Amino acid sequence: MSWTRVCEVDDVEEEDVIGVSIDGRDIAVYRAEDGSFYASEGHCTHERMLLCEGLVMDGIIECPKHNGRFRITDGKAMGAPVTVDLRTHPVKVEDGEVHVDLG
Amino acid sequence: MSTSADLSSDVRRIVVVGAGECGTHAAMALRDKGFDGEITLIGRESVHAYERPPLSKGALAVDEMALVHPWTPEQLAQAHIDLRLGVEVMGIDLEAGTVTTTADAGGEEEIPWDRLLLALGSDPRRLQLDEVTYLRTHEDAEALRALLHPDGHLLVVGAGFIGLEIAAGARERGMDVTVVEAGSRALGRIVPEEVAAQVVALHEAHGVPLRVATTVTGLRREGDRVRAVLSDGDELLVDAVVAGIGATPTTALAEAAGLLVDDGIVVDEALRTSDPRVFAAGDCASFPDARSGGRVRLESWRNAHDQAETAAASMLGQTEAHVAVPWFWSDQYDQMLSVAGLPGTGERAVLRHRDDGVLLHLGLDAQDRLVHAAAVGPGAGVAKDIRVAEKLIAAAVPLDPAQLEDPGVPLRSILKAATA
Ligand SMILES: Cc1cc2nc3c(=O)[nH]c(=O)nc-3n(C[C@H](O)[C@H](O)[C@H](O)COP(=O)(O)OP(=O)(O)OC[C@H]3O[C@@H](n4cnc5c(N)ncnc54)[C@H](O)[C@@H]3O)c2cc1C
Ligand code: FES
Repeated sequence: MSWTRVCEVDDVEEEDVIGVSIDGRDIAVYRAEDGSFYASEGHCTHERMLLCEGLVMDGIIECPKHNGRFRITDGKAMGAPVTVDLRTHPVKVEDGEVHVDLG
Repeated sequence: MSTSADLSSDVRRIVVVGAGECGTHAAMALRDKGFDGEITLIGRESVHAYERPPLSKGALAVDEMALVHPWTPEQLAQAHIDLRLGVEVMGIDLEAGTVTTTADAGGEEEIPWDRLLLALGSDPRRLQLDEVTYLRTHEDAEALRALLHPDGHLLVVGAGFIGLEIAAGARERGMDVTVVEAGSRALGRIVPEEVAAQVVALHEAHGVPLRVATTVTGLRREGDRVRAVLSDGDELLVDAVVAGIGATPTTALAEAAGLLVDDGIVVDEALRTSDPRVFAAGDCASFPDARSGGRVRLESWRNAHDQAETAAASMLGQTEAHVAVPWFWSDQYDQMLSVAGLPGTGERAVLRHRDDGVLLHLGLDAQDRLVHAAAVGPGAGVAKDIRVAEKLIAAAVPLDPAQLEDPGVPLRSILKAATA
């Protein structure tokens, strides 16, 4: 396990997403409506749009480009145009700080 | 997305004409919805379905053009879709329930159907002039790319989405670009004036002048260049001329078969044509818009998808009226422009200036319900707000204009309050 601190809890609004960069790699960090955090690869699996500009609603991130939808908890692709699941990463929150493990 | 299937048992053979964005998606959606009969997908273009939006965007900027395919040939094969590429449908016989195609071997073939979907797309409107290039297919894109040289000069006719995207792409390749537009401003009816002005300013900042109320009255080849005569008397010596002046729906086939056509193949809310066994969807279809009460025909990527879903459901006897909010996007330089809903129905407009450079134009009806939203701004910054606006349009509830105007009040919280 190698945890990287990516942001503070307050940097992400509830039901929202921000983009962070870990060693030059784009990662999307999500905060669900219940306050829990998730992380995934930063780019959509369709045409590599940055997901951090997308809308999070009801536990789903919607890609801003063609509205491809992924479940934020496990990255599952929810149907056309996205057919390939989004890779997710473990997240932990400690002392108000969010850490992501890229493995 | 599978829906509970009420498969009309008499529907065993479905033919889809047009293997583009809409037709291909409809074929896949039929399987998704549980149809296990025969699906024949016939397309005139010889390459496997690809996306058109990148053709006027990324494809112009890169050295090697790669087509984006929404589905792999394997996916279609796995779904047992009988794909006939490079084959044109020449006629429809409604009485016999068949289509006639140019068969691969050169002769003709008759293919029977129980349900027929026409997803024929549209064709670029053309000028009555030679020496003009248009952009619809990947072949057009290759031809256009060959004309883009860093030290050349490109004349773009038409300041609509495609014309402006080509202008941006050519400029990014280092070309000098001039855009002429016959109308009084860029981006016509679909984009409000304030938003269009910001797009025009972006072009001007990149050194691309826009000449409105100007047409091309003549083009003359001079060696390897072209002399363009403009309606104001000016002459430009350019290396290439490309026009993006709109598109006309591909309807000749439907018309010849006796189907009702009126600026598009006329369909009802289930996308059924004047013959109940025949459906039309995508760029070629003119459908009733529930919100405005009028007829609309949309040329947009997402409409092609949404209508493919609806048409697939309708052909299987599942009722699914098409009620999606129209949505469109365009990329120019490092900015994105996006529109939701239909303009013209708004009684008044509110402008929201975000401090990150995003400008949102929100059109409200007499009851202060949102009917139309347009935005432009850096990166994909407009995407979230336009998506929220789309949900606000769908919610169709009165909103507080003062809140909509105030960038300090997130649109999301307005949506939450509106749909609570
Ligand atoms: C350059 C360009 C850029 C675009 N950019 C955007 C954008 O940024 N955002 C957006 O929302 N939309 C954009 N669009 C619009 C979008 O691509 C179209 O709305 C969409 O492709 C429509 O899908 P369709 O299936 O209805 O038509 P098409 O994709 O055109 O498919 C129709 C197919 O039917 C075939 N066909 C027609 N007649 C026959 C016949 N008789 N027999 C066999 N085959 C036949 C045609 O050859 C064609 O392949 C753009 C379009 C173009 C051309
Ligand atoms: S790039 Fe994400 S849905 Fe197309």
